Amino acid sequence: MRIRTAGVVAAMALALAAAGCGDDKPADSGTGQQQTGGSLVIWADEKRTVALKPFAEKFGTDNGVTVEVKAVTKDLQTNFVTASQSGSGPDIVVGAHDWIGNLVQNGAIEPVQLSAAQKSAFQEIATKAVTFNGQLYGVPYAVENIALIRNTDLAPTAPATIEELVASAKQLKAAGKVSELMCLQVGQNGDAYHIYPLYTSGGGYLFGTKSNGDYDPKDLGVGKPESVAAFTKIRALGEKGEGALKRSIEGGNSISTFTGKKCAYLISGPWAITDIKKASITYDITPVPGFAGGRAAQPFVGVQAFYVASKGKNKAVAQEFVANYLTKTDLAAALYQAEPRPPALAAALDQVKATDPDAQKFLDAGKGGAILPAIPEMAAIWDPFGKAEAAIVGGADPNATITAAAKTISGQINK
Amino acid sequence: MTTDHAAPPVPRQRGGRRSVDSGGPPVPRGSQGLGGLAGKVVVLGLVAGIAVWGAFPLIGARAWPGLAVLVVVTALIFYVYLSGRHIPAKYLLPGTLFLIAFQILPVLLTVSTAFSNFGDGHRGSKQDAIVAIRNASITQVEGGTEYGLTVATRGGELVFLLVDPTGAAFLGDADGLEPLPAGDVTVSAGRVTRAQGYTVLNLGQVGARSAEVTAFSVPTANGAIQSTGASRASERQANRIYDESCDCIVERSTGNRWTADNAAGSFVDSQGGHLAQGWRVGVGFDNFTRALTEPTIAGPFFRTLVWNFAFSLGTVFTTFALGLLCALALHSPRIRFRRTYRILLVLPYAMPSFAMLLVWRDMFNADFGLINRLFNLNVDWMGQPWTARFAVILVQLWLGYPYMFLVATGALQAIPNEMNEAALVDGATPGQRFRRVTLPLLMVALTPLLIASFAYNFNNFNAIALTTEGGPFPADNTTIGATDLLITYTYRLAFGAQGAQYGFAAAISFYIFLIVAVVSAISFRRTRRQEEVYG
Repeated sequence: MRIRTAGVVAAMALALAAAGCGDDKPADSGTGQQQTGGSLVIWADEKRTVALKPFAEKFGTDNGVTVEVKAVTKDLQTNFVTASQSGSGPDIVVGAHDWIGNLVQNGAIEPVQLSAAQKSAFQEIATKAVTFNGQLYGVPYAVENIALIRNTDLAPTAPATIEELVASAKQLKAAGKVSELMCLQVGQNGDAYHIYPLYTSGGGYLFGTKSNGDYDPKDLGVGKPESVAAFTKIRALGEKGEGALKRSIEGGNSISTFTGKKCAYLISGPWAITDIKKASITYDITPVPGFAGGRAAQPFVGVQAFYVASKGKNKAVAQEFVANYLTKTDLAAALYQAEPRPPALAAALDQVKATDPDAQKFLDAGKGGAILPAIPEMAAIWDPFGKAEAAIVGGADPNATITAAAKTISGQINK
Repeated sequence: MTTDHAAPPVPRQRGGRRSVDSGGPPVPRGSQGLGGLAGKVVVLGLVAGIAVWGAFPLIGARAWPGLAVLVVVTALIFYVYLSGRHIPAKYLLPGTLFLIAFQILPVLLTVSTAFSNFGDGHRGSKQDAIVAIRNASITQVEGGTEYGLTVATRGGELVFLLVDPTGAAFLGDADGLEPLPAGDVTVSAGRVTRAQGYTVLNLGQVGARSAEVTAFSVPTANGAIQSTGASRASERQANRIYDESCDCIVERSTGNRWTADNAAGSFVDSQGGHLAQGWRVGVGFDNFTRALTEPTIAGPFFRTLVWNFAFSLGTVFTTFALGLLCALALHSPRIRFRRTYRILLVLPYAMPSFAMLLVWRDMFNADFGLINRLFNLNVDWMGQPWTARFAVILVQLWLGYPYMFLVATGALQAIPNEMNEAALVDGATPGQRFRRVTLPLLMVALTPLLIASFAYNFNNFNAIALTTEGGPFPADNTTIGATDLLITYTYRLAFGAQGAQYGFAAAISFYIFLIVAVVSAISFRRTRRQEEVYG
């Protein structure tokens, strides 16, 4: 009896196992098909996935390639490096150019060989940003930087200096039209990216440049007298000064405070425009103003690009896609529709400009901007620099704070 | 203690460690009944199905040890449940397997990582690093020619059909470049579209032989012609080449050398610089000693440890006190609408803590936050150390007390009423009855849960990362904030600067594990004594 039961169990289990195998079979023939046709896997964030999909699929059907665009919503860079190490990564990844340093040190991406003619189709700053150690590592598609966005109903004229901005905002506040002078996100832990224009206008810099124009990690500008001077000016705008910079304004609320008409001036990037349009606010975009008598306020210029994974399974098709297909203008224009970051392709920019003046305005605001450093040492800056900024905005002594931050940063760089 | 409410914690808030011997396939009792048999068949069928499903990738990757483990484990499961003997094994096996898979393996992996330099720049093997360095140094040869490329086959063998800027066509193969007679080929738009004796491949076909095409190179005098995608090729050369004789990387254009430092996993030059691409090596106890000796880490370690204890103990005691108070209040049968009150009290527990933490963070905003507005205050909650600490504990209290309320209610209902009545007969006051009868009996049931709660809160990363991010930070030290727990501090150290340092993070996690293990062990020992008295 017992043996018979065991036999029944075994037989049924085997049947179920066979059913499991049956499920696997279609998948197997699927991979077999991919092997004859070739496949291409692209990883991007959600918004870009939506814009990319139709183009990637068209590329696939035109060329007999199976294309899969996968949205990675969180930690795309880390996930890409980890997956690529274990051999399960994509063929192409889409991301910001300041990832390049880290991706290269992990051997996750390889240079893309573009011809001189192909390179010249892009804005110069875009190709410069994706060039690292003399090699072009990605094909850029969008350029982005922050600018001063102002509510023209409240503030009809663009301020030439930050002092003018504060004076005009104070009048608006006194008249009860706004409750905040300026929406520039700081947060409890600071925001190095958004404060950078004011920092440069005050005379500070992060890294010096080598003779070939690359950033030089050995020349750290944080902690130099100029950086202290810049932060002294920033402190004067802070909570213990004019009250234009506040830690209570952070990434989560700065755009909504502007769209809620609680402040007339917002310092933000192209990603804010969708919300502003939704709130039907009349706005204008101008460069971030600097301190009176100071240097020009330089925003960081970032570039979004496509990278070819070095451990991808289909490098030939991936290279074909980024080098020869991405240089088409309509894809760049579609990506602009998905999120209005100005295209890197000069021709696409012209096409976008005709219908939407914002792209050009943002580019103008980024003229003379500093390319966001892609060197891995930049990772050591963000956190201490931001925290020092938050402390100084809250009223801390610039000299002691910046000296301490510089010590932390250089300690990490020299490790 | 056996009521539903006092069951092991639900995963969300306090689900740090679920007891491992629950779960797993239901243990069939002998060979009785059709239902039991069917259940056995289904579960064993699932096991077989999962095993087959898992086997294919393992075979594909030629991971024979992994496959062997899979086969042995599956065979073991079948043997134990199909044979009539080994009754204890039937009960022990699932728990043991889950213990190995989810507890022992991760701990072993963490410890082995802690002895390596695994992290950004040191992820792969030395060979990976050499390939990455070489490929990163490939540049177009100065004055080299750009070709329009067509990938083709000659009787199955891959060849490049190339067209130079003047329109002349060439055949490129492993032997080098040779001109193709103009009569045999059709060239349009700078590329060969048809050639006699060759089969032109389209992009899909190129994709199918991608690895071959990418590796294909046509040797020339100055370097080699290689492809970019499927339509262009140019003459290129790698600048940095590995030389086995000196175990070093040599740069062709300058003659610079980087010698392999096999202890550090980097190629280093004579000035102390190193190439960015390194590899993973064992570093012994370096990560462990670094955590103890580096001043920026060891200095604030004890201050953080003290706050870490204060945070987790404070959270456990405040949530327990409030939860117990509510449970006691609602335990009295004289209260009407008890059920409604209970549902209302449990509400915070039913909301996703992730979202709630963010909402609370915004409520504490100095200018826009609900709390300052509601009470007409002007407190910079997250900007000062003590208010920030108060705020995070308050948030934890709100999130955590419903759980304590639930378990305390359950435990209260399990206390026999006779005990209280006996005390009443003896003339005890309500206060005495609570202190001498109810509380001790409660503690027997609840102490293990409080210890679990402590261990969970000791590593409650979300509670800090989603609210203060460790801040506020003192102006003169931006590395460690007033509300930083060891775990959030570790996270920033390991992933905040210079990319991820998994080896170092693993070493600190190991220290945290030791601390929590010691505290838990001591507490459990004390509980056992308590049980001996009251149990």
